[in-house]
Amino acid sequence: MTALASAFSPAEYRSFEAAGERLLYLVPSGGIFVLNPVSRAVLEALEHSAATPEELAAQLPFPSDAIHEAIEELHQAHAIRDERGFTIPPQTPPDRFPLQTMVLNLTNQCNLSCQYCYEFGEDKVATPEGKPKFMDWDTARQSVDYLFAESAGRRAIHVTFFGGETLMNFPLLERVVLYAEEKAKAEGRYIDFSLTTNATLLNDKVIGFLAEHHIGVTVSIDGNAQDNALRVFANGKSSYEIIEPKIRALLAQHKTRAIAARVTLTAQVTDVVRIYRHLTQDLGFHEVGFAPVTTSPNRLYAIETPGMNKVLSQFEELAHDYLAAAMRGEAHGFSNVSDTLAELHQGVSKSHPCGAGLGLVGVGPSGDIAPCHRFVDSDTHALGHISTGLDRDKQNDFLSRGHIGAKYDCHSCFARPLCAGGCHHEAFVRYGDTGHPNLHYCDWIRGWTDLCLRIYGEIAVRNPEYLDRFEQRKAV
Amino acid sequence: MRHLKALNKKARRIEEYVAATEGDVFALQQGGPPGQRPHYPMGCSIVFSPGWEVDATGGTAGLCQPVERDLYDCYISCYWPAQVPDHLNNYPDWTKKCAAATKDWRNIDLVFP
Repeated sequence: MTALASAFSPAEYRSFEAAGERLLYLVPSGGIFVLNPVSRAVLEALEHSAATPEELAAQLPFPSDAIHEAIEELHQAHAIRDERGFTIPPQTPPDRFPLQTMVLNLTNQCNLSCQYCYEFGEDKVATPEGKPKFMDWDTARQSVDYLFAESAGRRAIHVTFFGGETLMNFPLLERVVLYAEEKAKAEGRYIDFSLTTNATLLNDKVIGFLAEHHIGVTVSIDGNAQDNALRVFANGKSSYEIIEPKIRALLAQHKTRAIAARVTLTAQVTDVVRIYRHLTQDLGFHEVGFAPVTTSPNRLYAIETPGMNKVLSQFEELAHDYLAAAMRGEAHGFSNVSDTLAELHQGVSKSHPCGAGLGLVGVGPSGDIAPCHRFVDSDTHALGHISTGLDRDKQNDFLSRGHIGAKYDCHSCFARPLCAGGCHHEAFVRYGDTGHPNLHYCDWIRGWTDLCLRIYGEIAVRNPEYLDRFEQRKAV
Repeated sequence: MRHLKALNKKARRIEEYVAATEGDVFALQQGGPPGQRPHYPMGCSIVFSPGWEVDATGGTAGLCQPVERDLYDCYISCYWPAQVPDHLNNYPDWTKKCAAATKDWRNIDLVFP
């Protein structure tokens, strides 16, 4: 029971309006509630000044019983606190978290020389000198075996192929898929595959294999020919003209999975709405995801604050497009929104920004295990070798530094249940520490989270059936 | 909750959690608290032991085994230290005078740890 003599004050939440209602996003739990007139009046009074239930009952035009009840409920949901506050036990990273996803960097070689590339560019963390350029069969087989062994208890597991340019080692990809499918069948488990490619090496044989084995494809492409100015061959020649017909062939022939485009935003490429329309309407991609380039701030292609503000306003325009489609019950391909809505619907409250080093690891051509594909081939960040498995001390160190509990700057931010400090790799490039919160995009993340909360609220109140597609958590 | 409406899945879990901590004691026959069905009591019930609850009429007369037998479920067969004397080290003779729980349960010793 609530101690009724105590004065109450607001706890941690983000309050917002949607669909004509007042909603609360509770932090850190991630619960989203709609207030009724009584709880809304109580909360607004407490936002003005702390008060005891008796004071509130005297001041608000509702029956005293209802006010006491609303206070009790707000307190139970941790939307308001009494003078004692809440005791939240500290959380430590889980011991031996089962793997779910393995990213195999089939090669560290690439036939393009994109100027902003985090693997080869000026901010690279990889140290590939003296290491194999292509993964061999033994390493790949060991990796798949390790994933199966270390994912015990999970019904579904996932392998992602990455590079370099993934398709430069297509023969290995084929062999891994066939081997892993066979193994999954024998163990009665479900496995699926995806890959990221620059699309230059797609042909009918490759596309046929990808479609037959339901392999999810993400194409790295930044928009039209002009937007792709940084995505060039070593001789400076543009890649767009080469990949356009190949992408059309992929979209025409591969119908078993949604095909996504992944756009890297740079100082020169911030026209999100136009790029989205080109990629979905002109080329026919089902989904498009956007992310600002990972870079140190002094690079020519780094987006500075005015550019990021433009990106956010473009995101907002496209997100309203998404909302209009959702109200009609139609899917929309702006995947930044669907990804965030899925997390808001579940009410995730992350201990770490992503699964890197936790349920996901990357393996490089040499067999070194990295927290994710972005750290592959980096000696500094290796977490073990596939022949001996994860080095638990290194893994614990990585996870302890990346834990939200260690990021003090985040502790007063309402976006932390979703963001948890942001990408480990971005943090390393910017601050030299994977556990450093990405303070350079806090305002941006808060703006984005606020926008997605309002969109979630609109959909959840007016067309809740639309959210059924987010009922299942990705991890099973 | 009457003044807060849960919108997302986490909010529904918070609601269920609050209902469970606020809720009254439920008999298995009542189906457990709302939002927690099927409901199984925590603890020794992982071993099926008819006698823990009430019979089909809500009384104790028709149980498969006597209610007094419950003591032994905690005392010997349960791995969890319950509020019964420890029969391995300190009180090996606790039930020495109790040959059959139904008849002799009054003879079980008192223990003052």
